Amino acid sequence: MKIGVVVFPGSNCDHDAYHVSKHVCGADTRFVWHKDADVKGLDAVILPGGFSYGDYLRTGGIARFSPVMKAVGEFAAKGGTVIGICNGFQILQEAGLLPGAMLRNRTTKFLSQPVHVRVERTDTPFTAGLTAGDVLTMPIGHGEGNFYLPDADLDRLEGEGRVVFRYARKDGTLDEASNPNGSARAIAGVCNEGRNVIGLMPHPERASEAALGCADGVKLFQALTRVLQAA
Amino acid sequence: MSSAGSGSIDTAVLERHGLKPDEYDRIKAALGREPNLTELGLFSVMWSEHCSYKSSRIHLKTLPTKGPRVLQGPGENAGAVDIGDGLAAVFKIESHNHPSYIEPYQGAATGVGGILRDIFTMGARPVAVLNSLRFGDLDEEKTRRLLAGVVAGIGGYGNAFGCPTLGGEVVFEPCYAKNPLVNAFCLGIAKKDEIFLGRAEGVGNPVFYVGAKTGRDGIHGATMASAEFGEGSEEKRPTVQVGDPFMEKILLEACLEAMKTGAIIGIQDMGAAGLTCSTSEMGSRAGNGIEINIQKVPKRETGMTAYEVMLSESQERMLLVAEKGREKEVIDVFEKWDLHAEAIGKVTKGKRLKVYDGKTLEADVPNEALTDQAPVYDRPWVESVNPAAAEDLSALIKPSDLGEVLLKLLAAPNVSNKRWIYRQYDSTVRTNTMIGPGSDAGVIRIKGTKKALAMATDCNGRFCWLDPAEGARLAVAEACRNVAAAGAVPIGATNCLNFGNPEKPEIMGQLVAAIRGMAEACVALDVPITGGNVSLYNETDGQAIYPTPVIGVVGLIEDATRAQSSWFKQAGDEVYLLGTTGDDVGGSEYLKAVHRRVAGRPPKLDLKAEKRLIDLMGEAAAAGLLCSAHDASDGGIAVALAECCFVKEEAGLGARLDLPASALRPDRQLFSETPSRMVVSTRDGADLETLAHHHGVPCARLGTVGGDQLTVSSGGDTLFDLPVVKLLEAWTSLERRLSQR
Repeated sequence: MKIGVVVFPGSNCDHDAYHVSKHVCGADTRFVWHKDADVKGLDAVILPGGFSYGDYLRTGGIARFSPVMKAVGEFAAKGGTVIGICNGFQILQEAGLLPGAMLRNRTTKFLSQPVHVRVERTDTPFTAGLTAGDVLTMPIGHGEGNFYLPDADLDRLEGEGRVVFRYARKDGTLDEASNPNGSARAIAGVCNEGRNVIGLMPHPERASEAALGCADGVKLFQALTRVLQAA
Repeated sequence: MSSAGSGSIDTAVLERHGLKPDEYDRIKAALGREPNLTELGLFSVMWSEHCSYKSSRIHLKTLPTKGPRVLQGPGENAGAVDIGDGLAAVFKIESHNHPSYIEPYQGAATGVGGILRDIFTMGARPVAVLNSLRFGDLDEEKTRRLLAGVVAGIGGYGNAFGCPTLGGEVVFEPCYAKNPLVNAFCLGIAKKDEIFLGRAEGVGNPVFYVGAKTGRDGIHGATMASAEFGEGSEEKRPTVQVGDPFMEKILLEACLEAMKTGAIIGIQDMGAAGLTCSTSEMGSRAGNGIEINIQKVPKRETGMTAYEVMLSESQERMLLVAEKGREKEVIDVFEKWDLHAEAIGKVTKGKRLKVYDGKTLEADVPNEALTDQAPVYDRPWVESVNPAAAEDLSALIKPSDLGEVLLKLLAAPNVSNKRWIYRQYDSTVRTNTMIGPGSDAGVIRIKGTKKALAMATDCNGRFCWLDPAEGARLAVAEACRNVAAAGAVPIGATNCLNFGNPEKPEIMGQLVAAIRGMAEACVALDVPITGGNVSLYNETDGQAIYPTPVIGVVGLIEDATRAQSSWFKQAGDEVYLLGTTGDDVGGSEYLKAVHRRVAGRPPKLDLKAEKRLIDLMGEAAAAGLLCSAHDASDGGIAVALAECCFVKEEAGLGARLDLPASALRPDRQLFSETPSRMVVSTRDGADLETLAHHHGVPCARLGTVGGDQLTVSSGGDTLFDLPVVKLLEAWTSLERRLSQR
């Protein structure tokens, strides 16, 4: 089993995802350079957070044109597991691998704070083995995380069971105050139709060790390594 | 030699360059001839206060800079201390005050960019940032606009770069209205034997330019930052640089990777005074010269003269000296990151900086005339005596409801919760953050070791205004106490001295006194100063800021699991006050917020008592005796106890506490800002008492943690009894008040 963490120019959570995958979960992990035209030998690809290409055009708007993204698209089309965290999620949206777009947070400001996310689906490789309704605490750190889709598309997404994470209160109930950025239907993470491409705005890799105060996030990485090992 | 412009140097030209007639005479003496305009430009930026420290240098020499852990003291891009495991903590604090007033977003952003570069230039990866900010009254619309711009700028740069902001301070005081202070601290980790210096060693070695292209931005930024402001300061906007955090991030990765090749001899970032500073300082430190051709310098504007190229302060640029014959290794790394390393010159014998435009020699100056031999002034000064300090505070009206006073203090901008600011800064990237913003100190673990580092910046400007020497001592003590509260032993410090116009003897007197106080405290508390920054001329329309010598202290926690935060952890834990409370309302937040005065003598610091407290804290934390620790400072013990009941921005546990019987009036007992005090909670009260006794630190058991009320009495008489949620509501009210505007 081998996990790849893509390094775009401007990625700044690449070391973090690598650290958790390799040192906390013990998975065989390597970096993948954005100019690499293939992702051969990998069982899963993580697109980490950061500000790829400075996010200068639009968040994730330039990174999707990287050579590696063509390879990631082909990998995903064949059922390969792809996880996008924060900027990685935005890149997957820009690449058309995940639905929706990110608007500016409704506060109009960057938000760095812990949030609670409720696990909605456990039929993805990032949530397998968890229980629907589980509430995990982890930080967010973004200026554009306000998930947007037209209502009809949201209905379809919900109907297909593709909302994987929602912002919630600690007890799992939903309210306006627990939705930090104004995301439609408090959506924090979604998956594609094949359930092999998952994107989320919160940072599970930053909440993966008790030494840092919370280890809820590591459950997602452990789920991933379990699923890959079993495959 | 190009003679462009020479002969046309008159007083008006000198004035534009911020040079005095006697300084011009010195330039002529150093060159043995008249300078041309390009050379005059080089001197003007290098001899600016910002680059030369000409007013402060002789006084800075009195600061302690050595110690067994010090690997690099002042004079390089940043200081470094040994933290064991073959690692060094590399850190520094710097100001970007003037640019942030002219253009808040870019001024603050490039301030962060500059300090980050200083750290990675040394071969260290930046892992933590703090910022220390001062603004005018928050009720002023202009203050809120400046604040919004500065905070957005810090976040915009730091967040994109990917270095967590762990805390700092934000202070509001009318004296900073037209001269806000933006001081940024950064800490990086390097391998101890792989620290890079800004030295141009090895005659014949190539000099490379990497990073962003050079434009006309920031020309004379250093000179601008070395003058007072008056009407029309906003017109100086073109002297402020524009930041590109993406470029900086790429530059970081490429530089660290290039350093690993072993082919880099020396490296320096181009900050203030750009190419001029980096070429002359690198040459000067190594006793060599540097020769460059400005035609080779990558430019983003056409028709730039040697003068403009040398003085540009375009951001995200580095100068490096590589080993001859190994150029390709360096170039290849930068190419990988889509950066271009351009050879623009070479190291030469003979200690001269020579600037060519093609074949034309545009400037030929002895390096040392620009650097070590820059003017040093022993400016006249008078002992600073502030009549406000002598005001009698014995007749203050006694407040009828102490609980109301506490709520008022908790809601005061300088005390209240700052989440509305710091949640705009990424505080968790890099997965090291153990304690982020909102506690006494920020704490990060050091991956690959069992250790953690704590860091804090502090300065109480009111204390410094009333008594600069005492204020500076108190600033050092508080920063040390803050890292000690987190469980760390203070091991090194960096300072950012923000003052008014040094040409005024009373301002110079403040600076001299503050440095004296700082030196005394650093010696007594065993924290050498490893570097820093001086920012003078912080005056607008003749109105100076409070003397503000900000200090950043770094502390080492040998066992990261012993790091502790400020809030109560568990019902039943015992609460102790370490230290004793005196009659110290002079310059206090209580005096300002309730009695609307800034007066009286600041608390008198007993450095020996402070050292005993800090030593006790280090041992108690290492022994695992403490569950929480919080220093009592702004707002006194009452505010400190209230803050112990807040878990970040949520209501935590209350406590029922009885302060030691005291002859002090209750308001003074609650709100005095006596230093050398700490509120701790523990499950090992007896052991703590024994240890405190051993260290000679007064240790009083106040009561126990529990419930949802904070009840405080003294000698049995209740002083206040308030629900934690009500305290929290007051403490977080500012955020709500601001969002309703």
